[in-house]
Amino acid sequence: MDPNHSSENKKGFLIFLGRRWALIFLILECLVFSFTTEAFFSLRGIQIVLFYGTTIFLLGTAETFVIITGGIDLSVGFVMGFASIVSAKLVVLFTNMGVSPGVSILVGVLLTWLIGLIPGYVNGSLVARLNVPPFIATFSMLGITHGTSELLIRGVPAKNLPYLANAIGNGYFIYSVPGKVVSFFQKPEIQRGELLLEIIPNMVVIAFVFILIFAFILKNTKFGQHTYAIGGSTDAALRVGINVKTHLIKVYMISSFFATLSGTVYMLQYVTGKADAGAPFLLDAIVAVVIGGASLYGGIGTVGGTILGCLILSVLETGLRIMGVPTFDKYIAVGVILILAVLIDQFFPELIHRED
Amino acid sequence: MGYVLEVKNITKRFGGLVAVDNVSMGVNAGEVVGLLGDNGAGKSTLIKMVSGVYHPDGGKIFFMGQEIRITTPMDALALGIETIYQDLALAENLNVYSNIFLGREKLKKILGLIKVLDHEYMLVESRKVLKKLEIEVPSLKNRISMLSGGQRQAVAISRSMYWDAKFLIMDEPTAALGIAEQKKVLDLVRLLKSQGLGIIIISHQLHDVFSVADRLVIMRRGEKVAERITKDTDPNEVVGLIVGAETVKR
Repeated sequence: MDPNHSSENKKGFLIFLGRRWALIFLILECLVFSFTTEAFFSLRGIQIVLFYGTTIFLLGTAETFVIITGGIDLSVGFVMGFASIVSAKLVVLFTNMGVSPGVSILVGVLLTWLIGLIPGYVNGSLVARLNVPPFIATFSMLGITHGTSELLIRGVPAKNLPYLANAIGNGYFIYSVPGKVVSFFQKPEIQRGELLLEIIPNMVVIAFVFILIFAFILKNTKFGQHTYAIGGSTDAALRVGINVKTHLIKVYMISSFFATLSGTVYMLQYVTGKADAGAPFLLDAIVAVVIGGASLYGGIGTVGGTILGCLILSVLETGLRIMGVPTFDKYIAVGVILILAVLIDQFFPELIHRED
Repeated sequence: MGYVLEVKNITKRFGGLVAVDNVSMGVNAGEVVGLLGDNGAGKSTLIKMVSGVYHPDGGKIFFMGQEIRITTPMDALALGIETIYQDLALAENLNVYSNIFLGREKLKKILGLIKVLDHEYMLVESRKVLKKLEIEVPSLKNRISMLSGGQRQAVAISRSMYWDAKFLIMDEPTAALGIAEQKKVLDLVRLLKSQGLGIIIISHQLHDVFSVADRLVIMRRGEKVAERITKDTDPNEVVGLIVGAETVKR
């Protein structure tokens, strides 16, 4: 074999690895934790991964849209906290007015989703209409939502939420007593000692309904195509008549919608609202997008890839927790992964990005 | 038959600077006109008024005998006046057929109500137009970033052609290309000309312009200083006109 050929082979192998490293890494991760801990490889273990992963799934999806346009949204963490507080406040307000818990929660959550579009609209307008760099616009929004949240609660966590919030937030999609009962959403009465299987947390179901809808939009529609085009070349998009400004505003609104969704999920899961509920997940969300194959220079990325990135982080977090290792190690790992991924993107883009 | 595109006494000022001063010129169907001039002579400003980027401060534009008002680039595209800029304005992260259809995507309905991109249709149609123009690209599913400069130029041209261009403006089409690719692009220009398009080419590469243009319009400091039939002149005279060394015969 001539040396040229073997170096071609070597490059081909690197490309093979480069474009699939996330999947390979995820499998390795799962194998390692399955063998080193007993609890990881079980229905429970997997659901913990999904339960704790909900926040990064949602924030990662938010970030995916913005990063594809070549921007970044640093406000998602505190928009999420803001939404958790607003929704908690609204639900308590409605319940105190004598509205039934179910209706209070539904209306409170839906109203919060609407309110949550505002930070996105402001971010998008600053970026698209006033040419403020995304970093600055969304960083300012981080401060604004953080401050507003603290003002809203004034140091006292939102509490007195109806019990139903907990039941929804920590309930499961399917309950099953093997061989006897299968029920959706409702926890069946069980005898002592009977095994009750709880399958897929409610919040994971809700998160994935929205994630799948928006993944479809990004992949298959004109809106998605234009999102990629703007990230690839704003000039190209402008010259073929795409309304780049309006489009960017919509993208930032999608981002803040997902952050808000995540805030309401948090409110139901933890039955409270907290200003910094999403703060630790900003880095995770951005890293998940980058691990998923997106380019921070814009134009490349998929929701599917992001979810893969989220799973890697969530498995790492869960596995380390089960092993009893402090998760600070995770932050270091995540920071290093981000820097490495960006360096590879900058110097060897062909290694990680597909040709078509 | 009159000109397919004609500008009459067109003027554009930027503050105190007169970028284009009272220029008139026309292009016939099936004719290539080379627009020549040094940097800052006003060539780009002139074509940007035709392509809808700038608004003229004076003068008129006629297209197929009718006076037209072009206020946005989309107006020009709707009339069939396509401009290929030097930077091509392709989205490098999208594949060939997505670029050809960018902004005018073909959609199909699934489940009777959701509109999604019709990849198959766009792929097949793009293949047709590339074939008609005798353009070879490795795969239409390749991202633009995988293509050579000449192939990109060809994709930009085929995008214009697919959308039924009646008039084509090309800004430095050969500037960034290797010799073999320059030749291919020039062959493509001749092919389009033979199909009856009117074409304006801006280029600093006199050799290229002489090989495809039927007529030359030379500008200096915003004014049109000369017009020549290509075969009646030579590069020396034209260079003289561009830099202003010769006496100007209007």
